[in-house]
Parts: sequence; C-alpha cells; structure tokens
Amino acid sequence: MSTSRKRVYGYLAEFNSAAALYKAAEKVRDAGFRQWDCYSPYPIHGLDDAMGIKRSILPWFVFFGGMTGTATAFSLAYVTQVVIFPTVVQGKPANIFTIPAFFPIMFELTILFSGFTVLFGLLSLIRLPRLNHPLFASDQFQRATDDGFFIAIEARDGNFSPTATRELLAEIGGSNIELVAEEDS
Amino acid sequence: MASTTQHASEVPHQGPKLPVLEREALILSGRSYHWITARVCGVLENQQPLLWWLLFVPCALIAAIGVGGGLFYLVSTGVGVWGNTNRVMWGWPIVNFVFWIGIGHAGTLISAILFLTRQNWRTSINRAAEAMTIFAVMCAGIFPAFHVGRVWMAWFLAPVPNANAIWQNFKSPLLWDVFAVSTYFTVSLIFWFLGMVPDLATIRDRCRPGIRKIIYGILSLGWRGGNRQWSHYEMAYLLLAALSTPLVLSVHSVVSFDFATSVVPGWHTTIFPPYFVAGAIFGGFAMVLTIMVPARFVYGLQDLITMKHIDNMAKIILLTGTIVGYAYLMELFVAFYSGAIYEMDAFKFRIAGPYWWAYVCMMTCNVIAPQVFWSRACRENLWVVMIVAMFVNVGMWFERFVIIVTTLARSWLPGDWKTYSPTAADQILFIGTIGFFLSLFLLFLRFLPCINIAEVKWAKRESDPHHEAHLAHPDPGVVKEAAYQHELVQT
Repeated sequence: MSTSRKRVYGYLAEFNSAAALYKAAEKVRDAGFRQWDCYSPYPIHGLDDAMGIKRSILPWFVFFGGMTGTATAFSLAYVTQVVIFPTVVQGKPANIFTIPAFFPIMFELTILFSGFTVLFGLLSLIRLPRLNHPLFASDQFQRATDDGFFIAIEARDGNFSPTATRELLAEIGGSNIELVAEEDS
Repeated sequence: MASTTQHASEVPHQGPKLPVLEREALILSGRSYHWITARVCGVLENQQPLLWWLLFVPCALIAAIGVGGGLFYLVSTGVGVWGNTNRVMWGWPIVNFVFWIGIGHAGTLISAILFLTRQNWRTSINRAAEAMTIFAVMCAGIFPAFHVGRVWMAWFLAPVPNANAIWQNFKSPLLWDVFAVSTYFTVSLIFWFLGMVPDLATIRDRCRPGIRKIIYGILSLGWRGGNRQWSHYEMAYLLLAALSTPLVLSVHSVVSFDFATSVVPGWHTTIFPPYFVAGAIFGGFAMVLTIMVPARFVYGLQDLITMKHIDNMAKIILLTGTIVGYAYLMELFVAFYSGAIYEMDAFKFRIAGPYWWAYVCMMTCNVIAPQVFWSRACRENLWVVMIVAMFVNVGMWFERFVIIVTTLARSWLPGDWKTYSPTAADQILFIGTIGFFLSLFLLFLRFLPCINIAEVKWAKRESDPHHEAHLAHPDPGVVKEAAYQHELVQT
C-alpha cells in the first residue's frame, strides 16, 4: 500500500442517458453547487440551462479581434499606399477615396483575426491545453468520450460533504459513484 | 418545454389530422454510441486494408515524382520549361490553381453553410470534406507560388518592406488573392482542428499507454467533454461557421476578380463572382463524392454515410451544375446583347476556334451530365453517381482551361495570338498534385478520425434529452410518416 497522501478531487457519478443527466443536473444546480460539471460524449442541448451556465462571452472577444483585423488591414493599406509611398496605379487616386480598393483585404484580415481570436479565446475560456487532469485518474471516466454520461462535484465546492454529496448523487440516479483522488506530490 | 407538451396533449384535438413526413434517421440500424465510436476509431486503429496500400504507394510515388521532381526540375532549369512562354502566360499553372482552390469550397460549404442552415445530415461527411479543403488548398498554393517565376522571391507577396522600399499594390486583385487564399487556408485549418479536438480525445481514451496515447493526448489538448467546455466550444464552432460562410464566398469571388477586373474580352463580366462560387461548390461536391463513396464501402460506414447523404449531394450537384449552365448561356447572351464586337469575337473563338473541343467537353460534363440526377434511380445508383462525379471533375478542369487559355490565346494585339499547348513539365506537375492530394487524404484516413464522432452521436434522436417527452406526448394533430426510408422500402 502506498503511504503517500492523496488529494481528493471530488465525486464522480455515472448516469444512464442524456435525459437522466439532464434531470440530475437540474437537481445538482438546485442544491446550490458551483464547482461541478456534466460530462458527455457530445454536447447536450439545453444542458446549459439545466446547469445554470450563462451564455458564452466568446463573441465579445471575437468582435474586438475582428475589429482589430479591420483596423490593421486599413492602416497597412492606407499608410503604405497613401502616406509612405503614394502610387497612382489602375487609375485609382492615392488618397482616402481609394478605400473601396482596400475592402477585400480589410474583409479578409477581419476574418483572419477573428478566426485566431476564436481559437485562442476558446482555449483561454476552457483553460486548455493542459497535460493532465485529476479526473483522468478515474478508469470509468474514459467512457465520457465514448458513451458515458457523468457528473463530477468537486471537493473545493463550499457545499461539498463526503457523505451528503454521495447520498445526493445516489438519490438523483447516479451509479458507480466514485471518490476521485490524485496522488499529492 | 416538457410542460407545454403535456399541456397540449390534454386538450383534445379539433381539426383534421395532418400527415407530416417524419425526418428520416441519419444514423441507420439504431447503432449505439459505442458502435459509432468503435467503427470510426476502427478505421485508424485496425490494420489498413490491402487496398489502402495499393492506393497509397502509387499515389505517394506520383506525388514524389510529380511535385518533388517536377518542381526541382522547374526551379533548377527555369520557368521556361512550362508551356506558358508565349502570350498565354497564365497557362496550366493558373488553370490548376483555380481548379484546386475550387475543389476546397465544398468542404467549407458542408462544414459552415450547412451548419448555419441546420442541415444535420452534414455531420457524417463534414470532417472528410474539410480535410479535402485543406489538402486541395495546399495543392492550389503550389501553382501561384512557382508561377511568380523566381520562387525564392515569392516572399515579395507578403506585406513586408523589401529592399526597393516598394510596398505591395493593395489595389490589385492579385494581392487580394494572396490575402484571401492564405486566410482561407488558416481559418479552414482552425475550423478543422477545433472540430477534431473532442474526437482526438475519444481516440486518446481508447489508446493503451504509449507513444500513440501521448501524441493523441497532446493533439486533443486535454479535452474532457465537460459541459462547461462544450458550452464555449459550441459557441466557438458557431462563430467559426459564421466567419467561414462569407469567407468561402469571398475567396472564389476574389479569384474571379483576377479575371473580371482585367479589361480582357471574355473576362470583364460582372457575372464572374457568383458563377465562380457556384462552379467551385459544384466541382467540390463532385470531389467529395469521388472520395467518400469508395471510402464508405472500404471501411463499412454505410450506416453513417447513408444513401440519404449521397442523394442530397447529388441534388446539390444538379442545382449548382444548372446554375453553372445558366452562367455559360448568360455569358453568351450578354456578349451578344452588349453589341461589343470584341466580346462577341471572344466567344465565337471559344466555341468555334481551335479549342472548340474543350468548350464541348466543358458543356457536356458540367451541364448535360448532371441532368441525369433529376431521376431518383440515378441518384441511388452508386455507379451512375460515381461516373457523373468523374465527369464533373473533368468538366470543371476544362471550364478553367476554357476561361484562361482560349481568352489569352486571342488577346488585343494580333501579334500575340498563339495556340497554347502544355509541356511535359506542366503535365507532370499537375498529375503530381493529384497524387499529393490523394496521398494526404489516405494519410488522413489512416491517422485521424474521418467522421465527426461527437456530432454523429449528437444527431441520434435519443441524444436529445427531451426525446422521451416527445415520444410520450406526441403532437395530437399530426400523423407522422417516415419519408425517405419508407419510400425506399416501397420502390
């Protein structure tokens, strides 16, 4: 037997189906938990409301990312074509009225910057990438990406209790309830 | 949601019972979640069938000789080895560039536009179609990069100051093209990769500890499938779809600006952007069918990529092919109606000049061949579907040949007139890119999940948490009839 200390992550319970997970999520939400999550192999629609999660703020990031792209493209084209090196080509003037010719690149850079903002904004919101997570210590949790539906309630939640939380999970239909712990190093 | 359904069932229904065609199941045979995981992951976990090796080895050789050898010969000798040493300066390289970039468009259409319009049937084919987009754009990128002449100067395309202190001409469609194609490639890659993260996690969780698990673990970024992740993830996916939709329409529009903004008879028309976009989607769907119909058989994915999917794609080919046919005829009409003699001459030369065979080939393959898809029997016969798809692949290449070569062969100055023909170096490089494209696709089948596992699971009816409530309290005014599967049984 190992004598090292273990740090408890929380309880993990399995549910039969998406519908069972949905109903259980509503009850965990109503019990006042904050540090918990539902795990499923695909996104379950409506689960955000059942869990009491607000709408993602990612679109705001992307709006400002996209505007940065528009401004970058405009500055790049305007400064080089009109300010630094005014060139009269294709019968177009070298002043602000040449702006329609800059629209395609302004559009493309808006999309490009928005695309990168989606990628990096998403990764920062979901706190990935990370190499490991305490839940990966559970063998049954591997089925969360196959056909398993789980709820995990974390020990750091103020309402967490080693006995009452386990009872709650059993009461709302959870099976294979497991106390997930990781080796403390 | 559930309460309103219950309430409706308590009120007795007054009016007539209306027959409603029920949406057919997208996943056949009632396959379980685990079956879907095992079948899709099995494609890359099991030993590849002999056919994979029989295809991969020749394709990789063709790619190595055609792209590797062809470009080495080109760069070490000079661009004079290509056929475009005369007035037809765009030649095969730009024909091939437009051909490949167009192929990619179907992938983005399936992944973005069909997502925004909630066409759930896309879930089974979007991953492979997006992969096709990435690989086609990679093939496309080779041509303009080397077509600039001295490829080591290709960095002049990037907006950085060069030794002459001259900046790029931001008013030129050629520079717009650089931005459009590179943005398209980057955003498509982000879309493809983000879409794959949950599936890479599925593969990771099925791997035994070892190097494979580490690689898939890193690629999957540590995805856990928690709803707090899914919630942001779905928003990210929606945003990328919303960004890719105008992007894909802009890319081929910008490609068409390369032609349309020039003062060349036969090119200087406003119909070009929509005509190019429709043609790109048309050619791209043909390529999706060309590679997915065989892959579906080899890997036993018939319950995921059903006849319904093939039927829908055949209908899109019919629609876009007819739009392209309309554009061909409208071009002729506008040339006639404009009264401009140079426009009329350009089209007379296209149809009746020395390249008449290319024009006939384009018309036959793109406009006439897809018309068989009006018949459902043809849409359900996979041999017919494959033959029409091959016709369209050929026809769309000839469309670009007709547009580029026949126009440049008769420019303004009669002294420039020349009949163009490609050299062996042109042909080897083009065949090489076909090998390159197919090798990349075969490697994709070997190492990455070729079907979007998470979305296919989501498309199952019982994945909706309110599915049981709908079954228990059906709308009393409605008699549901299975549409497509029901008809299939009858015919």
